[in-house]
Amino acid sequence: MIPLPSFSSRFRRTVQLGIRSLWLHRLRSLLTVLGIVFGVCSVIAMLAIGEGASYEAQQQIKNLGSQNILLKSVKPAEEEKVSNRQQNNFALEYGLKQDDIRRIRDTIPGIELVVPARVIRDYVWNITHRVDAEIVGTLPNHPATRNQSVAQGRFFNDLEMDAASPVCVLGHDVALKLFPAEEALGRDVRVGLNYYRVIGIMEPRARSAASEASIDGPAANAALGRLYIPLETARRRFGEILSRRRGGTYEAEKVALHEITVRVSRPETVIAISEVVKDILARHHTRKDYEVVVPLELLRRAERTKQIFNLVLGSIAAISLLVGGIGIMNIMLANVTERTREIGIRRALGARRKDIITQFLVESVLLSGSGGLIGVALGIAIPFAVSALAHMKVIITPWSPIAAFTLSAMVGILFGIYPARRAAALDPVEALRHE
Amino acid sequence: MAASTQPIVLLDKVRKAYRMGEFTVEALRGLDLHIAPGEYLSIMGPSGCGKSTLLNVLGCLDRPTSGRYLLGGDDVSTIPDDDLSSIRGKRLGFVFQSYNLIPQLTVLENIEVPLFYQNTPEDEARTIATELASRVGLGHRLNHRPFELSGGQQQRVAIARALANNPLVLLADEATGNLDSASGREILSLFDDLHSQGKTLIMVTHDLGVGERAARLIRLRDGELESDTRR
Ligand SMILES: Nc1ncnc2c1ncn2[C@@H]1O[C@H](COP(=O)(O)OP(=O)(O)OP(=O)(O)O)[C@@H](O)[C@H]1O
Ligand SMILES: [Mg+2]
Repeated sequence: MIPLPSFSSRFRRTVQLGIRSLWLHRLRSLLTVLGIVFGVCSVIAMLAIGEGASYEAQQQIKNLGSQNILLKSVKPAEEEKVSNRQQNNFALEYGLKQDDIRRIRDTIPGIELVVPARVIRDYVWNITHRVDAEIVGTLPNHPATRNQSVAQGRFFNDLEMDAASPVCVLGHDVALKLFPAEEALGRDVRVGLNYYRVIGIMEPRARSAASEASIDGPAANAALGRLYIPLETARRRFGEILSRRRGGTYEAEKVALHEITVRVSRPETVIAISEVVKDILARHHTRKDYEVVVPLELLRRAERTKQIFNLVLGSIAAISLLVGGIGIMNIMLANVTERTREIGIRRALGARRKDIITQFLVESVLLSGSGGLIGVALGIAIPFAVSALAHMKVIITPWSPIAAFTLSAMVGILFGIYPARRAAALDPVEALRHE
Repeated sequence: MAASTQPIVLLDKVRKAYRMGEFTVEALRGLDLHIAPGEYLSIMGPSGCGKSTLLNVLGCLDRPTSGRYLLGGDDVSTIPDDDLSSIRGKRLGFVFQSYNLIPQLTVLENIEVPLFYQNTPEDEARTIATELASRVGLGHRLNHRPFELSGGQQQRVAIARALANNPLVLLADEATGNLDSASGREILSLFDDLHSQGKTLIMVTHDLGVGERAARLIRLRDGELESDTRR
């Protein structure tokens, strides 16, 4: 007989036989593989959701610029209490100053750009449309620091900067909210008593409120849209002292600069330069009224967190496969006992030990493999449902279902081998006598 | 019968002992037996005398503790387990008292089991099985399950299955023991047919009426040959 085709046809028939005998006890088979199904499904789903979340986080960190060091003014903790006790007429002075920029630019080599910004929170009006936004007074080269470009129109230039022109560039969201149905370019928006001509609209950028807030820290309210005006304009229109109402009292703050973005020329130097920047700031600030955020550091931290998350998921997968495998072994042992007589009959009719081993191994691999398959199907379906319902980004890496399925099939071999060998080791006469 | 031809079965001082803790039960105590091709032999004797043990040794399901067993000229008392399996599959056919059909398989599939282990191609196996099923009068029950058949019908399926690989020797351990006399007679007439077609038949029975249908009748007592008579 031709060995190869007959072997494959024989294997196919063994598989058919296995499917039939598992189908005969379908409830039992289903319950047996449930452990593997849930294990595989939850790991793939969690991996996809985690991968999506970490992708979003990384995207946002990248938006901040991996070549950047962000300096932010922070109200010092101890001042807060003092200012609460004292009343009006007192303007709390803190934060980054023009001098900081000069020191950084003059003492540290390898810096490409230093871009300051004042950030003032206020309402922006277009007749009756109102948006709560951050007014960012900055330099013309600000977009370059965030790898952001202008979608329509243009950013303001040095001339407008020097002239303190009343022009503005709207963030994408702000433009949509203020001008839902009209062309925004060339129109005027109002902030307080002043009008600004819209000369540009920034491109949209993917962001989810929750994760961005955690990166920018409590200082910046990332959920807010932004409106960019020349730094000079901001200085003249808003003055040095900003006051805001809070809990019935006015609170005045004097903050020269809210943000400074330092962009280094070579990406690999960003961590080292950030240390020097921290040193310089520490030397000239008596209080900790600033914070230094290095997006690359955040990126690294996010990557580490993800690695730990993956490690935890891996352990869960391993444990659930182990438990699932034990379940399969248990049921296969019962199966062997139940079918002792069948084993005896098959041995009497010419089955070799390895034929019996194959038969029972095929069954246990079918069990674990189908569990893995159902798990993979659910594990892919669940993230899609989550992304559709919760508008979360999910990423199914191609290797995760493949690995999950392969591993669960291997669990079938690993935990099926003992029951199968026990079946094959049965003495034919004893097996035939078994009731 | 033809004493000149080479025996198909040759037992030479075959012993079989079972160890039961401290005790050893001697089920066969040095048995010599020659069976010629085409013989119809029945084995009788009181319960526990070793009939089933002898049949299991003859059927290569069990190995003798000592002594030699030549089947068709080959010494099978010491060959590896896989070879023993293949001899069971190719040269021997079994019929058991309790039919021993595989319950989840149909009549046809049960008959195909021995063919499967000899790598017979699927369509060929189907043809052989169908033909054997009609030969034992079950051509109309091919897709029935064993539990849908009467005892006699099940035993006929078992006989068809035993014949699937066209074995040299057919072994039956109280094949009619579970059957009413009418069904038993059907089975026995099937055996008669097989014998007349030249098959070697060895059957164990308690029933003298059954035993005497065979051309040769041997009696065992306490694992030893008590008598060996030919008609
Ligand atoms: N697996 C075994 N372990 C121990 N002793 C055994 C075993 N099989 C058979 N025996 C013993 O061997 C002897 C012969 O048993 P065997 O089954 O061959 O008898 P038998 O002639 O077929 O009896 P019966 O007519 O009741 O079927 C008995 O004493 C039995 O107890
Ligand atoms: Mg017996």
